[in-house]
Amino acid sequence: MSALLRFEDVALQRGGRLLFEGLNFELNPGERLQVAGPNGSGKSSLLRLAAGLLRPERGRVDRSPLALADDAPALDRELPLGQALQFWDRAPEQSMEALGLAHLALVPVRLLSSGQLKRATLARVAASNAPLWLLDEPLNALDVDGAKKLGTLVEAHLETGGAVLAASHQKLGGEWRKLELNP
Amino acid sequence: MIGALILRDLRRGFTGSAWLPIAFFLLVATLVPFAVGPDAKLLGRIGAGALWIAALTAALLPIERLIEPDRADGVLDQLLLHGVTDETIAAAKIAAHWLTFGPLLFVAAFPAAALLDIDRSALARVLLSIWIGTPGLAALTVAVAALTAGLPRAGSMAGLLLLPLAVPLLIFAAAFCGDGGNQAMALEAAISILLLAGSPFVTAAALRAART
Repeated sequence: MSALLRFEDVALQRGGRLLFEGLNFELNPGERLQVAGPNGSGKSSLLRLAAGLLRPERGRVDRSPLALADDAPALDRELPLGQALQFWDRAPEQSMEALGLAHLALVPVRLLSSGQLKRATLARVAASNAPLWLLDEPLNALDVDGAKKLGTLVEAHLETGGAVLAASHQKLGGEWRKLELNP
Repeated sequence: MIGALILRDLRRGFTGSAWLPIAFFLLVATLVPFAVGPDAKLLGRIGAGALWIAALTAALLPIERLIEPDRADGVLDQLLLHGVTDETIAAAKIAAHWLTFGPLLFVAAFPAAALLDIDRSALARVLLSIWIGTPGLAALTVAVAALTAGLPRAGSMAGLLLLPLAVPLLIFAAAFCGDGGNQAMALEAAISILLLAGSPFVTAAALRAART
């Protein structure tokens, strides 16, 4: 099976500053990779590059269909959560259930706490059917139960041949391959 | 997805601030007789032009909610990841914006024309000029909204950018409403079509540039 994400000799420049160069890695089905590094080392930028939202300065990025969870929930604030998630995917119920959000389906997004919003963002990714998940600081604002539920979802996703690339300076549950970025 | 996007913007428009520009348009039309006096002849002569100025300024009101909330909230990024191109997003935004602005303005033109003592044949020309001109105006508004999204003082900046660019539309729309005849109408239509054709690409380029 071919790689779901491949970086070949990639360099990224932001605001005149070279964040990294000569970056090579592959992410195959069933693999998970954590991008680690201090604040400002370019973890989020690497994820946006992987998603195709940024262009590399040099090099080449090949990607399969993917879903991205970052700081922006991309859910309509005035809609109930269930309906807001349905804009992106027809049947979000299962992933809402998996993240403990089922009882919030009728609550408007604007009333959710930051932890609940994070779970909702992750539910959007989980409902997407994309083989590649990009998670930017997935543990931010999540409580212990949320982190555990995310761990279970990631395991299930890997078992079905998916792959996960996460950017985090925290310790993520499970065995992760590490990619260290240095400023 | 494009249909869902248009429906979403329509819902957000009609449950939110779509009515504000129309109220503003009517308010400006109400103010004109106060400003120039109740002389019916004079009002009838300048009325159509005054309505178009009211329409242009009303078009400025929704500009900050057209693109910026979706950019800040990551919706534009997610649409791209769902395979929707920036040009498609732009086209959907233009269609949705026109649908929440053009028809309402068309309806509001009736009471506004009554306030300004615009006669029947002139009213027919005003209405036609609104049908012809507002799609172009909506396209221009969306492009300017995208160009100013995320900038500080975007609202004022958008006004400075939009109004000069709308001058050609204003000239031929007002000329047609006066008695410029079919040539002015054809030129207004040409400008409207030009704006409609160009705006999705300008908007898309602005969306890409804003993606950091």
